[in-house]
Amino acid sequence: MSETSAIELRNISKYFGGKAANKNVSLSINRGEILSILGENGSGKTTLMNMIAGIYFPDEGQIFIDGKEVVIRSPRDAFKYKIGMIHQHFKLVDVFSATENIILGIDKKEKFDHKAAANKVKEISERYGFDIDPMKKIHEMSVSEKQTVEIIKVLYRGADILILDEPTAVLTPQETQKLFNVLRKMRDDGKSIIIITHKLHEVLSLSDKVAVLRKGEYIGTVLTATTDESQLTEMMVGKKVSLNIERGDPKNCEERLVVRNLNCVDREGVKILNNVSFTARSGEILGIAGIAGSGQRELLEAIAGLQKVNEGEIVYNNPKTGESDNLRDKTPMQIRDLGVRLSFVPEDRLGMGLVGNMDIIDNMMLRSYRKGHSVFLERKGPRYLAEKIIKDLEVVTPDAKTPVRRLSGGNIQKILVGREIAASPTVLMAAYPVRGLDIGASYTIYNLLNAQKEKGVAVIFVGEDLDVLIELCDRIIVIGSGSITGTVDARTATKEEIGLLMTKSVEQGGEA
Amino acid sequence: MLAFIVSSIRLGMAFLFGSTGETITEKSGHLNLGIPGVMCVGASCGCFAEYLYLSEVGPDANYFLAVLIPIIATVIGGAVMGFIFSFLTVTLRANQNVTGLALTTFGVGVSDYMIAETGPVYSKGSRFFTMTFPFAEDLGWFGEIFFSHGILIYLAIIIALVSSYILTKTRVGLNLRSVGENPATADAAGINVSRYRYASTCIGCAIAGLGGLSFIMDYLNGNWEYCIDAIGWLAIALVIFTVWKPSLAIIGSVIFGGLYIASSYITGVSFASKELFKMLPYVVTIVVLVFTSIRDKRENQPPQSLGLSYFREER
Repeated sequence: MSETSAIELRNISKYFGGKAANKNVSLSINRGEILSILGENGSGKTTLMNMIAGIYFPDEGQIFIDGKEVVIRSPRDAFKYKIGMIHQHFKLVDVFSATENIILGIDKKEKFDHKAAANKVKEISERYGFDIDPMKKIHEMSVSEKQTVEIIKVLYRGADILILDEPTAVLTPQETQKLFNVLRKMRDDGKSIIIITHKLHEVLSLSDKVAVLRKGEYIGTVLTATTDESQLTEMMVGKKVSLNIERGDPKNCEERLVVRNLNCVDREGVKILNNVSFTARSGEILGIAGIAGSGQRELLEAIAGLQKVNEGEIVYNNPKTGESDNLRDKTPMQIRDLGVRLSFVPEDRLGMGLVGNMDIIDNMMLRSYRKGHSVFLERKGPRYLAEKIIKDLEVVTPDAKTPVRRLSGGNIQKILVGREIAASPTVLMAAYPVRGLDIGASYTIYNLLNAQKEKGVAVIFVGEDLDVLIELCDRIIVIGSGSITGTVDARTATKEEIGLLMTKSVEQGGEA
Repeated sequence: MLAFIVSSIRLGMAFLFGSTGETITEKSGHLNLGIPGVMCVGASCGCFAEYLYLSEVGPDANYFLAVLIPIIATVIGGAVMGFIFSFLTVTLRANQNVTGLALTTFGVGVSDYMIAETGPVYSKGSRFFTMTFPFAEDLGWFGEIFFSHGILIYLAIIIALVSSYILTKTRVGLNLRSVGENPATADAAGINVSRYRYASTCIGCAIAGLGGLSFIMDYLNGNWEYCIDAIGWLAIALVIFTVWKPSLAIIGSVIFGGLYIASSYITGVSFASKELFKMLPYVVTIVVLVFTSIRDKRENQPPQSLGLSYFREER
């Protein structure tokens, strides 16, 4: 281990549209060391790493490599400084072999020789204990094999500093162990490894140092040997912030939606929901907390009938008829007609729910097009509704005929949520409804949800911000890696408590 | 029978140019439906250049110049069409299908104008293109099939083989295929996506243009009386038929040629059913599509981002 750091960041800041994604971050890593970057969603981990990898350019601050200041403007520059990043989403060509992917884009005068390159790949994999067939096509590979190809790709280019963005998110526990063994071997070989994760137990078992980020701000670096889970959790979630959301007590609680032992498997056969059971009551806001991608989306989609359920049941107690229906056997259309409404705000708000090129009125009609009685469109009702939403929710738009695409994110979300609420649902599911909104717009949405709760609707709220969850919800279930890791009363729960439940490991969740 | 095979080859090579060009283009992720137009324009440029050259020098035309000048003119004409397509789709981000169809309409118009303006006067130039090996006749049927053709026929096969080699065996080919499969990955690996798309489309169109020239000068012996966009559509069908492999297209093109003209060599076929026979190439293409879809082998599928424009968006 040398004295100067392999890479050092000093006071790095990055702003997106005036909002700080990273603020005054300073960290350093030596040769032969593993550094974990820990933080909640949106704490700026990936942004920070992208700046080292040349995908973003820092607005302020300096980067030093081996004690010398450098400027990294593109991924190509990063390669030059022997930095390699393994992204969360693999960048591989499906129909190419592992070797072809690895040598892709390398400018060499030498002749293109598939076999020679394959031998070199084999050599690298043997050195670090990878298990891979260099001639195998990517589309025949498992997720963990693909990740291996990504790692070899950066090693092949001679990277000394490796950045891994949530490498274990897609791996089984066994594969994770295998990866960790490889990473330890690389560390012993003198490489510097930066790993982004939010799984505490992994941090503790793998890394030498931990750097913690919270909402873009750098909290501090601690040596793994001198810390424990509770200290890291506290650093991660911070102290409680008061938001003053008005919260009424739940009234007339009835069991509206009972989910029992729900199991789902994704296309690759990986379990995404594992024995999930919970009850959503009327007149109550049920919060769902968890790291992004822990199965929240699939859970809501399963209820809405959009996700195939492998096992378990979803019982809906109909308040009008008093009957109980199992939603599992129903089509999405039938489920919607029962009054179960999903308002999902995905990363790209327009992807699900609204059509960007259509105006507000037409978007209202997407939900009511079946109501018409003639071949011609019935525009009056939707127009009235559109105008009501614009007025009630203070949507900023030139008029109701403006294409939704032209509105700002917050206004789009208001329209989406407003439309779902207008259908007077009995169950309202809102996933990340305030994502990307400013404070004022967020409060509008909170008030809307609270108003629905008053009316006796069972509201299910999936959120990211723990402060909001604690202030807005009545009960919070915490989901981790597809299993429910705990249920807490929002009035008494602390952020630390929820934070710990969120990062609880998979093994505790069941047979996984 | 012999005449049928020879005709099939001569017609087939026009398809081969078109499909090789389109394959190279599609491997970069560009679905160029302008190929029929490109072939029309290529043929028009070549024929016009030949017309100018021959009217300049009169009867003492040099063989090499008489062949080379139209080929160069065709290549330039095709490449310009490719450049227009790339400029619209890559730089201006226009929709590829719409752009391609517009180019076809444009090309057909250009060739119709050419026919109307100069008339079918290319038979003079055509003799240079059908000039062949003197020893072909001595070899009987073997010579007939393999050595009785003009220069463009051999050029088509050479280009197809070279393209096949470049696509599968060289770094440039690897990079090109990665651009068509997954441009974001290629971009991240430091490959200039736009440059590859421009280059492959221009080269592809230049090659496809030669198909038009080959059809007029070789197969039709210079008697250009009707629009030739049909062979362009067949060339695109051939790309699918041969699952994006130029080497396979050499055989595929002869089969297509044979199917297309089969009706003329079968006696007792009415005029109407001749037209039905001409549909055969499309029918077999659909059959091939059905089979490759059922087998679902990834290597035989079209490039993954075929027809999709790539914007880097953030970086």
